[in-house]
Amino acid sequence: MKPSEIFRHFGAFPLLAVFLAIAPALMQIGVLTEFHINLLTYGIVFGLAGLAFNILLGYGGLLSFGHAAYFAVGAYTVAMLYRYLKIENLEILLVAAILTSMVVSTFFGLVATRFTRIFFAIISLALTQVVWATTLKMYWITGGSDGIRVPHMALLGIEFQKTMNRPEYLASVFYYYVLGVFVLATLVIWLIIHSPFGRALQATRDNEVRAEFIGIPVRRYRWIAFIISGTFTGLAGALFAVLNGHVTPEISDWIFSGNIVFLTLLGGFRVFDGPLIGAIAFIFIRQYAMGYTIYWELVLGAVLIALVLIFSKGIMGTLYHYLGLTPGMPSLKTPAITIKANIPIQALKERG
Amino acid sequence: MIDPSIFLISLFNGLLYASVLFLLSSGLNLIYGVMRIINIAHGNIFAFGAYACVWLLIFYGIGTLPAPAWYILPPLLGGVVAAAIAMVIEPTLLRPVYKRPEEFQLIMTFGVLLVLVDLMLMLFGPLPLAAREPYFAMGVVDFGGINYPVYNFLIISLGIAVAVFLWFLIYRTRFGIMLRATSLDQTMAQAMGVNVRRLMTTTFAIGAFIAGIAGAYLAIKDTATLTLGINTLVLAFIVMVIGGLGSMKGAFVGALIVGYLRVAVTLLYPEAELMLLWLVTAGILLARPQGLFGGR
Repeated sequence: MKPSEIFRHFGAFPLLAVFLAIAPALMQIGVLTEFHINLLTYGIVFGLAGLAFNILLGYGGLLSFGHAAYFAVGAYTVAMLYRYLKIENLEILLVAAILTSMVVSTFFGLVATRFTRIFFAIISLALTQVVWATTLKMYWITGGSDGIRVPHMALLGIEFQKTMNRPEYLASVFYYYVLGVFVLATLVIWLIIHSPFGRALQATRDNEVRAEFIGIPVRRYRWIAFIISGTFTGLAGALFAVLNGHVTPEISDWIFSGNIVFLTLLGGFRVFDGPLIGAIAFIFIRQYAMGYTIYWELVLGAVLIALVLIFSKGIMGTLYHYLGLTPGMPSLKTPAITIKANIPIQALKERG
Repeated sequence: MIDPSIFLISLFNGLLYASVLFLLSSGLNLIYGVMRIINIAHGNIFAFGAYACVWLLIFYGIGTLPAPAWYILPPLLGGVVAAAIAMVIEPTLLRPVYKRPEEFQLIMTFGVLLVLVDLMLMLFGPLPLAAREPYFAMGVVDFGGINYPVYNFLIISLGIAVAVFLWFLIYRTRFGIMLRATSLDQTMAQAMGVNVRRLMTTTFAIGAFIAGIAGAYLAIKDTATLTLGINTLVLAFIVMVIGGLGSMKGAFVGALIVGYLRVAVTLLYPEAELMLLWLVTAGILLARPQGLFGGR
C-alpha cells in the first residue's frame, strides 16, 4: 500500500500510533516531560471515550449528553471492586467494568433509543443525573463527594505496584498498557463501523424512514449501537480510574458529558480519528487554559461556540477537507429529508 | 397515620417546587415552541437572575430600599438582566444555527452555558451569595405547631400568576396569535407579515425574563450559587419531557407531578429522589413517548 492509500483508509491513526508509541522514548531523551506523558495518557483515555461516543453521534446521528454515566460506571466499578473486594488485577477489573457499563447502557439505551434528536439528547442527559445522584447520595457505598481512591494496579499479572512508585508506573508500563487497550478497542470499533451493521447504522442516520423501508430494524440497531458506545465509554472510565488515582461524582455529572461532546466536536465528528485528536488537543488546551486563567470554562465555551459557527468540521475534518481526503466516513451534508416529508410518515407509523 | 400538619406542609412544599419548575420549564417550552431549540443555557440565565437580585439586595437593597420594594425591585432586576442576556445571545449566537441540525443547536447553547458560568464567577465570585432578610421579614404561619414561611406562598403565587399571564399572552393577545402562527408554520407566518426574527428575540427574552425572576425569588429564599442553574435545569428537563415538548399545559402538569414526587420521596426515602423521579419519567415515556400533552 502506498502511503496515501494508508492515509485514505486509516486516516492519521498510523502516524499518531507511531508518535504515541515512541513518546516515552522521547521523554527519555528529554523532548517530552513526564507531565506531557501524563497528559497524553489522559488524552488517549478521553480519546477512547470520544471514539465510543462518536459511534452514536458521527455514525448514528444521535447526540448523547449522557456519556458521563457509562464513563462513571466503568470508573466506579474499578474503584469499588478494589475497595470492597481488594481486586488489584487490572484485567479482571476491566472485564468487570465492561460488563457493568454494558448492563447499564442496555437499560438506559432501551429507554433513550426510543427517541431521536433533541428528545434523545435530553433523555440521555437526565439519565446521567441518576448515576450522578447515586454516586453522590449513596455516600456510604460510593464515598459521596469525597470519592474513592484507586491505587496503581497489577498489569497482566505482574505486580508493578510493589516495585515502582506511582509516577514511574504511570509514565512507563501503564502508559503502554493504556495504549495497548486503546489500539485494541479502536480496532474493534473500526471493524464494527465498517461492518454491515455499521453501514446500516449510517443509513439510519442519513435517512431514518428509508432505512426502515429497506428492512433495517432502526430502533434495535440504535439500541445495539448505544450499548456498544456505552460499553467502550465504560472501558475508558475504568482506565481513567487507575490513571487519575481517584474517582469522584464529578465524572458522572452531565457537564462532564459535555466535555466528551466538546472533544469529539473539536477533533471532528465526521471523521473516524477526530475524537482522538480532539481529546489530546482538549486535554492540552484545558491544562494550559487552567494554568493561565481561572476562567477556563469560558475559554472552552468560546471555543465550542466558534466550532459550531465557523469550524464545524473540527481539526481533523478541516485537515482532511483541505487535503481533499475523506477517510473512513464519507463526508455528508445535512440529512436530505425535509421535516415536511417526515411528519406524515411518522404519524402513519404511530397510528400503526 | 401521617400528621395532618406535616401533610399540609408537604402539600405546600409540592406547590413550591412545582412553581419553580413551572417557571423554568414554561420558558423553555415557550422557546421550544417557537424556535424548536432546547436552550441548555436556560438554567444559567435563571442563575444569573438569582445573582443579580441578591447582588442588588446586598449592596443597595437592604437598608437603602424600603421593605416593600425588596420584593419587587431586586427580582425585577434579575428578570431584566436575564432578558438582556437573552437579547444579546439570540440574534448573535442562536440565529445562525436555526437552520443547522439540532445537534449543533444543543451544542451551541451548551457553549453559552459554559461562558455564562464563568461570567458569573467573574462578576459575583466563587462563593454563594445570600440575602435572606426579605425572606425572614415575611415571617411564618403556624400549622399545628410547625412554622411555615410565608415567603413560600409568594413563590407559589408567582408560579400561578405567570401561568395566567402566559395563557393570556398566548391565547388572548395579538402577539400570541403571531406566536402560535410562527410555531405552526414559520414560512407562512412570515409571508403573512409577521416579523419572525423580532418575534423570536422577544420570545426568547420573555422566557429568559421569567427564568430570571424565578431565580431571583428562589435566591432570596435560598442562596445564589454557581451550580444552581445546572442542577435545576435537569429537573426542568424532566418536567418538559413528562409534559411533552412545547406544551404549556404539559409544563404545568409535569411541574406538579415532579414537585409532588420530590416531596413524597423526600418524606419517605431522600436518597432515591432522582432515581424514583427517573423511574416515573421512564414509565410515562414508555407509555406515551411524546409526553403527556405532546403533539404528534
